[in-house]
Amino acid sequence: MIEVRNIEKHFGNNYVLKNVSFIFEKGKTNLIIGESGSGKTTLIKILIGLHKIDSGAVLFDGINFNAIKTKEQRILRQEIGMLFQAGALYDSMTVEENIMFPLSMFTDKTEEEKLNRVNFCLKRVNLEGKNNLLPAELSGGMTKRVAIARAIVMQPKYLLCDEPNSGLDPKTAIIIDNLIQEITKEYNITTIVNTHDMNSVMEIGENIAFINHGEIWWSGNKDELLNSENTELNNFVFASKLFKRLKQEDEKC
Amino acid sequence: MTKLLHHLGLYFIMMKKVISIPEKWSVFRKQLVLEIEKVGLNSVGLVIILSFFVGAVISIQTAFNMSSPLLPSYLVGLASRDSLILEFSPTMISLILAGKVGSSIASEIGSMRVTEQIDALEIMGINSASFLIFPKIIAAIFFFPFLIILSMGIGIIGAWVGGLSADVATADFIGGLKYEFNPFYITYAVIKTVFFAFIISSVSAYYGYHTKGGAIAVGKSSTTAVVSSSILILLFNYLLTDIILS
Ligand SMILES: Nc1ncnc2c1ncn2[C@@H]1O[C@H](COP(=O)(O)OP(=O)(O)OP(=O)(O)O)[C@@H](O)[C@H]1O
Ligand SMILES: [Mg+2]
Repeated sequence: MIEVRNIEKHFGNNYVLKNVSFIFEKGKTNLIIGESGSGKTTLIKILIGLHKIDSGAVLFDGINFNAIKTKEQRILRQEIGMLFQAGALYDSMTVEENIMFPLSMFTDKTEEEKLNRVNFCLKRVNLEGKNNLLPAELSGGMTKRVAIARAIVMQPKYLLCDEPNSGLDPKTAIIIDNLIQEITKEYNITTIVNTHDMNSVMEIGENIAFINHGEIWWSGNKDELLNSENTELNNFVFASKLFKRLKQEDEKC
Repeated sequence: MTKLLHHLGLYFIMMKKVISIPEKWSVFRKQLVLEIEKVGLNSVGLVIILSFFVGAVISIQTAFNMSSPLLPSYLVGLASRDSLILEFSPTMISLILAGKVGSSIASEIGSMRVTEQIDALEIMGINSASFLIFPKIIAAIFFFPFLIILSMGIGIIGAWVGGLSADVATADFIGGLKYEFNPFYITYAVIKTVFFAFIISSVSAYYGYHTKGGAIAVGKSSTTAVVSSSILILLFNYLLTDIILS
């Protein structure tokens, strides 16, 4: 479980997050949705300490991230897997080296054990045998999957994903979404996914926070989302013709 | 002025992070080997070519300017030796390395910054500054002196070849090389080089590490890195020469 309490954050005179409090539950895919520029990436970067907060607290299972020493933060971070918006694979390393990297850095496993674990993770994301490709040789969807493999290789307790399916075709996007959800259930971890893709909201949204103008405007699960009376939320959710139509048909019958 | 202090402050904060015991020696060793290749070995060819031709030109020009029969002909060897060892090899080669190695360090680290690779290191719980920069600094400090000594050797060979073409007899040339040779000159050159290596690697890393924005920002960082480290090399060259030789 990750809890944020009264988070405030501004860049210059741009007040990005205002008094944000939320609980991201364990064993669930927690979604942060909102328009472009609403502060989703900022919030996720605050969670892992890449941005400093003005005030408030971030608690990982009760541990206040900002109140512990840098050394302890580093240890806590080893339990967090993060999927960046653009993958952020190390481009001087092959797929295998990328995934193996956290293992070499933080464990004393033998080469064979490490390789087994890497191959297991690659298989998990359906990229068996792609060990020796370089990041530059991967497609967008493969990049995301390698990044997922790298994020789970240390068996994290928390998985944070910033727009895991941006730039992907709908079919690949759903594969990625489902993969994230399966991993969440399989290892019973706390997963947070940033997205503005309504398809993935309907696919994996179990606990959704809607950010608008820097505030948590609404929260609930995907069924509550469809039936919500909140105007701003509806404007966001039913912005596309497809979803509008679905809702109308839903109301007819 | 405040901008300069701001950079200086950030530089020292970064260096405090950089200089820390590596988390995993096996990983550090691997990085170091890679860096020695990138920072040092890849510049060997450039250093050889440059030093040879500059050495040749120095001796031809010295010979040309000393057409008076009153001047002893061993002067060509002597003058080439001193200008190569004292200034050309340590300072000029360092300036050229600032261009080659400095820009590559800044753009490598800068592009890792803008593609969030550095963030990815940080969130894994790795001290990214130390992980990326420390091996580069160590590689530069240890390898640049070898490059400089190589440059001296090749430069002197170049000077000898140039001298031959300007009718300086080999025996005279060698006589000049040995004439009142003070081995401390080499120590002096190596000391300077170590300072320059530190400047090039840490200053370029600084600009790369603090890149903000996209691909254009990476280009800008690498230019700024080269300009700043070149200016610092010239400044420190002046200070060190003053301190060591006086
Ligand atoms: N490092 C930064 N410095 C200054 N302002 C920033 C920085 N990062 C984000 N912002 C600002 O914060 C606001 C929220 O940005 P953020 O990246 O969190 O949006 P987002 O919800 O992730 O958008 P998108 O869906 O487009 O990724 C924007 O107005 C942006 O300009
Ligand atoms: Mg974003």
